[in-house]
Amino acid sequence: MLKITNLHANIGDKEILKGINLEVKPGEIHAIMGPNGSGKSTLSSVIAGREDYEITAGHIDFEGEDLSDLDADERAHKGIFLSFQYPVEIPGVTVTNFIKTAINEIRKARGQEPMPANIMLKQMREKMGLLEIDSAFLSRSLNTGFSGGEKKRNEIFQMAMLDPKLAILDETDSGLDIDALRIVSNGVNKLKSEKNAIIVITHYQRLLDYIVPDFVHVLHQGRIVKSGDKSLAHELESKGYDWLKEEAAL
Amino acid sequence: MEALKDKLESSFLVLENELNGEAQSTVHALRREAFQRFLQMGFPTKRHEEWRYTNLKPILKPDYRIFPKEDTSVEFKDIKRFFLSDQDTYKLVFVDGVYSSWLSETTHQGFDVCTFSNMLNKYKDVSDEYFAKALPKDEALAAVNTAFAKEGAFIRIKKNITADKPVELLFVSTDHGHEIMTQPRNLVVVEENAEVTIIERHQSLSESAVLTNTATEIFALRSSRLNYYKIQNDNDTASLIDSTSIKQYRNSSVNVGTFSFGNKFVRNNLNFFLEEEHTESTLDGITIISDGQTVDHHTLVDHKVPNCFSDEMYKGIYDGNAKGIFNGKVMVHPHAQKTNAFQQNNNVLLTDKASIDTKPQLEIYADDVKCSHGCTIGQLDDDALFYMMTRGIPEKEGKALLLYAFANNALRNVKIPALRKRLNKQIANKLNVNLDFEL
Repeated sequence: MLKITNLHANIGDKEILKGINLEVKPGEIHAIMGPNGSGKSTLSSVIAGREDYEITAGHIDFEGEDLSDLDADERAHKGIFLSFQYPVEIPGVTVTNFIKTAINEIRKARGQEPMPANIMLKQMREKMGLLEIDSAFLSRSLNTGFSGGEKKRNEIFQMAMLDPKLAILDETDSGLDIDALRIVSNGVNKLKSEKNAIIVITHYQRLLDYIVPDFVHVLHQGRIVKSGDKSLAHELESKGYDWLKEEAAL
Repeated sequence: MEALKDKLESSFLVLENELNGEAQSTVHALRREAFQRFLQMGFPTKRHEEWRYTNLKPILKPDYRIFPKEDTSVEFKDIKRFFLSDQDTYKLVFVDGVYSSWLSETTHQGFDVCTFSNMLNKYKDVSDEYFAKALPKDEALAAVNTAFAKEGAFIRIKKNITADKPVELLFVSTDHGHEIMTQPRNLVVVEENAEVTIIERHQSLSESAVLTNTATEIFALRSSRLNYYKIQNDNDTASLIDSTSIKQYRNSSVNVGTFSFGNKFVRNNLNFFLEEEHTESTLDGITIISDGQTVDHHTLVDHKVPNCFSDEMYKGIYDGNAKGIFNGKVMVHPHAQKTNAFQQNNNVLLTDKASIDTKPQLEIYADDVKCSHGCTIGQLDDDALFYMMTRGIPEKEGKALLLYAFANNALRNVKIPALRKRLNKQIANKLNVNLDFEL
């Protein structure tokens, strides 16, 4: 589904990603871990199509197609979704209108008719139940004045509504208390199928107790320095990142 | 500028000669007095503090015709688009400054929706009490309007009456092949515990330069309620100078919304004088303009007495080389304790060439008050735009949605659904998108 080959990316003159290789297949959950500043968020932004970054070498293929010429919205139309570490507040646009616009723009790009209002409403109700979201939530301005937990729930709610093929969850666990973490993870697990894939980007192992990865990769200084199964995450939790930094330096 | 001044001077003599018996009236004494004031002041220049960001010279340069020929060729189909659809209204239509009875729909049933000239002829008590009593004396263009005040709207809602329909005022300019200047003059009196909604538009059907120098005096008597909306969406050869002054009395509530999308040039002088306690005043504005357009908002909220509330919200979006000015003055006099006065002016510049000069001006001489003001000038938030794009919303629609959301809350006091819908549509048109929902 996703194949990243020798990816190098800069912001300004600074090289952040220095040769990433990663392959994600349908039905898989990949976790990307790493210390602060290792390039985790950059990687997710580059996959989603943020223009501030320049790809200097390598490429990203999604379902056999090179993504480099596609804008962020076109990548979303192909089925890529990014759950933000810091969801942006947009006063004046309600959650409902935002999701409605997003769904219908995606449908338009795919040559489909707009989704009938009653079906959209039914879907919203269903997904809201999944994430234990109150219906008053829908008429609030997007992320404006939301608590950390509400913002993250809103991200996963959007994921549920947009039904992406590949979802990248960037630090979804940050700012969540244990109850919210359970609800959000539970939501993600219910959305998981054999057809879609998830990349979980996280600093801590905690989230991976709930969303259990098939593969764990450790990012350090813009490179994947180690890959393994979920036991790698536990090892990192107990030993920290320093041993990997030392290993990488060798 | 001098040429126009001279022309106005000779035109004023013509006006006086045509008055016959009326020349001795109180109204005419006020006209004459106003004209003398104008002659002394002259047209404002950039040296004048209130005009330092706006150069009137090019606007005053054309050889305007002051008394256009009467034009009876305008038909309802030519102007239908300027009225609200799906909404029954009273209508007052003026063509080149002359009242058009066949295009209008007036009433005297329980309240008056008729013409200024009718008021001068029939209600001497009204003109004696209200004419030239609200506009400040130091505004040159308002003085010109007062000097030439002959025609416009007269709306009087009698005590305890709520007007059953909104009133639409439409001033059309047609003069074929010649520049014209008109001086519409409106008087609105909302009596005790009465209520009305008024929508005002000025539209040019002419290719030539048009200068509309309009003035409106509004008296909101005790416990009255008034919503007044100005839609400024004229073509790019039309200029508008609007002087509107409002006197508010105890417990009255007045909202003025100014929505500026069109015109080559607009200057709004909007003054609220709070004469008695416990009044509520809201001033909302949305300005969305682009290449070759200037919109200059000057507002004053004069808190003369204690216990009044005012809230002002102006939003501006400037594209191309558009030029915006916002000068919002809030004056709180020494004994105006317990004043609540809020003001905000937020602007987005879409290009490097667009500009906004914004000057919030709070003068507070009382100590027990709640006053705040905020003014921002920004560009579109790139993070918000990227966020939208990752949800599949294309850049153009995303930008429009952000701008829409930015401007939208200044529609907070637009209560007529048909007007809301129209303004939403106009905003979407200005932003060049088709969004299928109302925010």
